[in-house]
Amino acid sequence: MSYAATHDQHDDHHGAPKSFFQRWCMSTNHKDIGTLYLVFALTMFFIGGSFAMGIRAELFKPGLQLMQPYFFNELTTMHALVMIFGAIMPAFVGLGNWMIPLMVGAPDMALPRMNNLSFWILPFAFILMLSTLFLPGGGPAGGWTMYPPLSLQSNSLAYVVFAIHLMGISSIMGAINIIATILNMRAPGMDLMKMPVFVWSWLITAFLLIAVMPALAGAVTMLLTDKYFGTNFFNPGGGGDPVLYQHIFWFFGHPEVYIMILPAFGIISEIVPTFARKPIFGYKAMVFAIACIAFLSFIVWAHHMFAVGLPLGAEIFFMYATMLISVPTGVKVFNWVATMWGGSMTFETPMLFSIAFIILFTIGGFSGLMMALVPADFQYHDTYFIVAHFHYVLVTGALFAIIAAAYYWMPKWTGNMYSEFWGKVHFWNSVVWVNVLFFPQHFLGLAGMPRRIPDYNVAFANFNMVSSIGGFLFGASQLIFVGVLIHCVFFSKKKATDRVWEGAKGLEWTVPSPAPYHTFELPPVVRDEELAHGHVND
Amino acid sequence: MTSGSIRHHGIGRAFTTLTIGALALFGGVAQANPHPWQLNLTRGASTWSPVPYHLNNISLAVCTVIGLLVFGAMFIAMFRFRKSRGAVAEKWSHNTMVEVVWTTIPVLILVTLAWLATTGLTSWADTTGSQMTVKVTGYQWKWRYDYVDYLGKPVAKVGFMSKLDQQSDDTRQLDSGMDPYAVRVGDENTYLLNVDKPLVVPVDTKIRFVITSGDVIHSWWVPATGWKIDAIPGIVNSAWANFTTPGTYRGQCAELCGQDHGFMPIVVVVKSKADFATWLAAQEAASSAPAAAPQTAQVAAPAPVSAGGQG
Repeated sequence: MSYAATHDQHDDHHGAPKSFFQRWCMSTNHKDIGTLYLVFALTMFFIGGSFAMGIRAELFKPGLQLMQPYFFNELTTMHALVMIFGAIMPAFVGLGNWMIPLMVGAPDMALPRMNNLSFWILPFAFILMLSTLFLPGGGPAGGWTMYPPLSLQSNSLAYVVFAIHLMGISSIMGAINIIATILNMRAPGMDLMKMPVFVWSWLITAFLLIAVMPALAGAVTMLLTDKYFGTNFFNPGGGGDPVLYQHIFWFFGHPEVYIMILPAFGIISEIVPTFARKPIFGYKAMVFAIACIAFLSFIVWAHHMFAVGLPLGAEIFFMYATMLISVPTGVKVFNWVATMWGGSMTFETPMLFSIAFIILFTIGGFSGLMMALVPADFQYHDTYFIVAHFHYVLVTGALFAIIAAAYYWMPKWTGNMYSEFWGKVHFWNSVVWVNVLFFPQHFLGLAGMPRRIPDYNVAFANFNMVSSIGGFLFGASQLIFVGVLIHCVFFSKKKATDRVWEGAKGLEWTVPSPAPYHTFELPPVVRDEELAHGHVND
Repeated sequence: MTSGSIRHHGIGRAFTTLTIGALALFGGVAQANPHPWQLNLTRGASTWSPVPYHLNNISLAVCTVIGLLVFGAMFIAMFRFRKSRGAVAEKWSHNTMVEVVWTTIPVLILVTLAWLATTGLTSWADTTGSQMTVKVTGYQWKWRYDYVDYLGKPVAKVGFMSKLDQQSDDTRQLDSGMDPYAVRVGDENTYLLNVDKPLVVPVDTKIRFVITSGDVIHSWWVPATGWKIDAIPGIVNSAWANFTTPGTYRGQCAELCGQDHGFMPIVVVVKSKADFATWLAAQEAASSAPAAAPQTAQVAAPAPVSAGGQG
């Protein structure tokens, strides 16, 4: 048997399995699993996006036109859960799966069978969660943060908790796999301090995942036992404390925010040097800044809770700690600009999305700094100012980085060049409409519009209509992206070279395009001048 | 919608308005209630409310300057160092001096902001010396106000529920066919921002609010006070406000609390001390009237009190 198993694997060397089921459902190949993750993330992006369209349609003008308030709350809750756990996180895991082995010269992920399992759990988790929308009790409607006691009033709590458990297991297995791959599978000569920044960012992100997903699992399990098994963790009537949940949740939740942005920093740190044709400025500072941000993410959670009535000392501590994060984040932004300075720049679609990322993510960072100031946060908290802030960091931040990465590596994945014209059409539509969508939400929040409300006073009508128009057009613009993807995979006549981009450095560009089913079966000989950072003497 | 507000109809003119409004951004808006095209925080109407307003403006100004410098440098780089202009990439990738400078300067800016914020926060946290106590309790989906003491004397049995006014409630029903723009008190649109019975408080009085909840978590927020604080079952939070100007100040629940979270507004009517004393005496008399059972104040007020009447 053992011989047969070994023999099976050797068969793979000749190429991908022919049968669809074998290739996709039983895959242990990091490229195929990466593709699965990316396709799954794209699907979820459109499901979550359709929820957002429903939200923006109801908010188009004052008065309720389309849905009951409870359904509106289901939409906001599901939109967040699907986008965070279904779109952004799996997209980064997909990119990590595809690129980390190629970037460190490994033949595959360290734990390929677990890799398969960690992906295939996800569709079931999301079927479980989305099915609640069609069940008599309705979907979760207490917000993605699931604060008790409100979340305990939901009839779908058990579904959502089990779905989150599955997502958590998937994330932890994925994180273990990534750490094992990066620490054990690097080609000889690929020292830690020569790794691409993207690989570094994923290594640190994976540690964050392992550290905090159990905290989330614990918090939601306590919700479950409070509702169904008579415990009183969060029930003040039984000696519990609703605020305890928020502490545990945000101990997960804040690092989670960085789980969704650190790999984006890594992606931008790959793309900017490529199109500036100049090595990244301050490689060590970039890696150190990511590590710093990751560390600080563990000691800032209560800035989500400035309005719960924390003691003065706690508010001051969490305010200072939060403000500190802007220092390493600022360093990253300055370093990207310094990388461009003195370069020889071209502006293909990945670079355009990266530049938009730098500017718009920084705007999200600015509002983040403003929110760190507790007295000001007393006004901002739970308003559209917050909604604007986290959509700037998650849509124009994380999502733009994912899209940039897709354009950047698509030729390597498919062997074909995408249509640069339509890529740019996609970019300009996205960048204009996303700002029409989210920028006015700052004003709405400052004027006093709370978040998570289905209807509002007429004073908020103008900017809501502007925002909704931006939302519909931003949503429609993403269909262009699907068109570009389909064209690139199936119809593009323009073949990609191995190097793809003139300024591209790193091991992933040394393999043919499209990347063969198996790469680096023998470890590559790492030559420092081929690496993005190896020859850099800093 | 009076002073400082710029009213245009039609999206086409939005950008003109935005430009004009942006210039007025730092001018401050004296108005405490939201108005169309409002761009910035309210200055509020209490002694403490200018703190978040000024912090907001200062930090926004700091961010704007940093943003202009960083993005300016980036755009210069994008124009000067284009391959199409024949730029040849340089090789350097490190400059310790520059890195130390752009790490240190933000730290100094942060220290300044932190100092300002800490001072403001400390004054907010000090609820001592209050002359009046009001207990606020959140329920799905209304508020209850109980007057505890005023000028050192306990207040007897003055307490009532406060919920969305009938006109807003009728209008907000799905497919009601009613026009939100028609919900008005005087020249002010009060759709979803009006209640049947507002909280009435005196001006120039340090009022301590003790805030809790009877079911799920709510958040009591009147922007004119400058703060919001959560109403949490099993926990009593406290905060204070000292209103400087008589008037009607509107707010809303700010923590998702179920299906009607968007429909539990808050209205505070600030009266002169004399008017408030009269009002309080009337309330006390009503609640101690022999026929009235305790805590029927809300039932005993059938006439819809339009909170728009300026106190």
